[in-house]
Amino acid sequence: MSTAVRGAGQVTPVRRRTTRARRRGAVTGWLFALPTALFVLLLFGLPLLLVLQMSASDWPLLGGNQGWNFPANYVEAVDNRFFMDSVWFTLKYTVLTTVILLALSLGLAMLVQESTRWKGLLRTSFLVPSALGLASASLLFYVLYSPIAGPFADLMKAWGFTFLGTPDGALWSTVFLIVWRYAGFYMLLMLVGLQGIPEDVYEAARIDGASRWQTFRSITIPLLRPTLALTTVLCVTGSLLAFEQFYILTKGGPDNSTITVVQLIYSMAFQGQNDLGVAGALSVIVLLALVVINIAQIRAFGRKAED
Amino acid sequence: MSLVTRRTTPPTDSTVAIVAPNHRGGAPRKRPTTVAGIALRTPYWVLTAALALLFLYPLIWTAISSVSPLAGTNQTDGWGFGNYVTLANYQAGIWVYLLNSTFVSLLTVLLTLTISLLGGYAFARFSFPGKDLLFLSTLAILMVPYATLLIPLYVLLNSVGLSNSLVGVALVLTMFQLPFSMFMMRISFESIPRELDEAAMVDGCSAWTVLWRVLVPAVKPGLITVGLFAFLAAWNDFMAPLILINDSNRMTLPLAISNLRGQVQGVVDYGATEAGVVVLALPCILLFLILQRHYVRGFMSGAFKG
Repeated sequence: MSTAVRGAGQVTPVRRRTTRARRRGAVTGWLFALPTALFVLLLFGLPLLLVLQMSASDWPLLGGNQGWNFPANYVEAVDNRFFMDSVWFTLKYTVLTTVILLALSLGLAMLVQESTRWKGLLRTSFLVPSALGLASASLLFYVLYSPIAGPFADLMKAWGFTFLGTPDGALWSTVFLIVWRYAGFYMLLMLVGLQGIPEDVYEAARIDGASRWQTFRSITIPLLRPTLALTTVLCVTGSLLAFEQFYILTKGGPDNSTITVVQLIYSMAFQGQNDLGVAGALSVIVLLALVVINIAQIRAFGRKAED
Repeated sequence: MSLVTRRTTPPTDSTVAIVAPNHRGGAPRKRPTTVAGIALRTPYWVLTAALALLFLYPLIWTAISSVSPLAGTNQTDGWGFGNYVTLANYQAGIWVYLLNSTFVSLLTVLLTLTISLLGGYAFARFSFPGKDLLFLSTLAILMVPYATLLIPLYVLLNSVGLSNSLVGVALVLTMFQLPFSMFMMRISFESIPRELDEAAMVDGCSAWTVLWRVLVPAVKPGLITVGLFAFLAAWNDFMAPLILINDSNRMTLPLAISNLRGQVQGVVDYGATEAGVVVLALPCILLFLILQRHYVRGFMSGAFKG
C-alpha cells in the first residue's frame, strides 16, 4: 500500500502529514500521560523529598517540623539498641526465605510443567494461597500455630513445644507461612521461564546421553538465569521489607528476637517514641541499602551471564 | 520418573492451560499401563496429592473450624455460625468495615484502571518530551520501600485534609499499583499492531475515539489483570490503612480483624478470628478461581519473558 503511494509521487504530502501528526501527537500524548505524571509527582516524588527533609529535621509525630538537626537523627537511628539486631535478623530471614522459596518453587514448576488434568489440579492447589493477602495469611497461621485453638494444640500440650514461643521457632514458623503463601506465585514465574527454553536443547542433551542431573545443571539452570534473576530480586526485596507477617504473627517477640527493619521504622514513628525524624532517617538508610543490594544482584547475574 | 515424562496432550485442563508447554513433544513416552507400572506410579500419586493437601489444608481447616465448637468462643457446642455473629457485632459492626474495604478497593481499581489505561496508551503510541523519564520514574516506585513512603505520605495527606480518609488510602494504594499496571498496559498496547489504530486515525477518528472504540476491546485481558491485581492489593492491604487511618469507624477489614484478636478482655477470640479470615479470604479465592485463566494469560503475555 505505502509503496504504491510512494510510486505515485506523493511522498511529500505523506511526510508532511506525519510531521504534523507527530507534533500534535506530543501534545495529545502528554494529555494522556498527565494523570500518571500527577500521581507520580504528588504521591511519589513529593513524599520522597519530604522523607529526606524529615530525616534531617527534628520532627516529632504530633509537634510537626521543628527545624533542621542533621545528622542527629541518623546517629540516633544507628545507635538504637534494636538497630543492629533488626538488621541481622532481617538479613537472616531474607536469606532463609529466598533460598527455600526459590528452590521449592522451581521444584514445583518442574513437577507440574506438563499439561495433564492432574497437574492442572496440582498447579491450582499450589496457586490458591497466593490469592490471599499477606495479612489474611498471617492471621490464618496465627490461629493455626495457637496452643489453644490450633490443630496441633493437643500435640503441643503433650509434647510440650510451641511454634512461636522460641526465637528460632518464631523465625521458622514465619518462613513456613511465607513459603506457603508465595510458592505458587514464584512457581508461575518459573513456569514462564521454563517455557522459554527451547525443546531442541533438551533433545540434544538427551541424544548426547546426559543424565537428568547433568541436564538440570548445565541446561535448565543456565538458560533459566533471567528468570532466576527476576525472582531473586523480587524475593530479596520483599523479604528485606517484611512487616505484616511479623507484626501480626510475632509482634517482634519473643524477647524482641523477630524485629525487622521495617517494624523498627513503624514503632519508631507510631509506637512510643513517636519520632518521625528518626523513622525518616531509618527509611532513608533502608532505601539506600535496598538500591545498593539490588544493583549488586543485577550486576552479579549480569556478570555470570557473560562467563 | 514422572518428572521427565513429557506428554504431547493438548492442554485440556480447565485450569492454567496457558502455561502448559504442549509444544514440548520430543519423543513422547507412554505412560506405563501394566500393573507393575501403575504400582510404580502409586508413590508419585500419593506424594503429589500430599503436597497439594499441604497447600490446601490451612484453608480447609480454617473454614471448617470457623463453624466448629471451641471453648472461649461464641460457638461452644455443636456446629454453627456463632463465630460469625461475634464478628458481625464487633465494635462498629462488620458491615462498616466491609463497606470501608469495598469502597477503598473499588476506588483503587477505578483509579488504577483509568490512569494506567490512559498512561499505557500514551507510552505505547505517542512520543513526547519527558516520556522515558516519566516511565522510569513510575517503575522506580517499585524500588522504594513501602514504609519509606508511607510516613511522609501520612504527613502530606494530613496537611491537605485527607487524614483518616479512605480516599487518601485509595490514592496511596493506586500509586503503589502504578509500576505493575503501567508496565502491563504499555505491553498490552504495544502487542496490538499499529495498523489497527492508524487505519482508524486516517478515517478521521480522534485519538480518544481510537482508544475507546478500537483499542480498549483489544487490551481487555490486560485491563482484567490490572483490575484484579489492584482489587486484591487494595482489599488485602494492611500497612497503608494501619498508618493512615486512626478512626476505628474508618478501619478496613484486615485491620479490624487483626485488632479483634485482643479485644475481649485481652483473651484472643480464635473463633471470631477464623471467621474473619474466611470473610477476608473468600472473595479473593473466588475471584482468583473465576478469573484464573484471564489472570494467568495477562501475566504471561510477555510481561516476564526473557
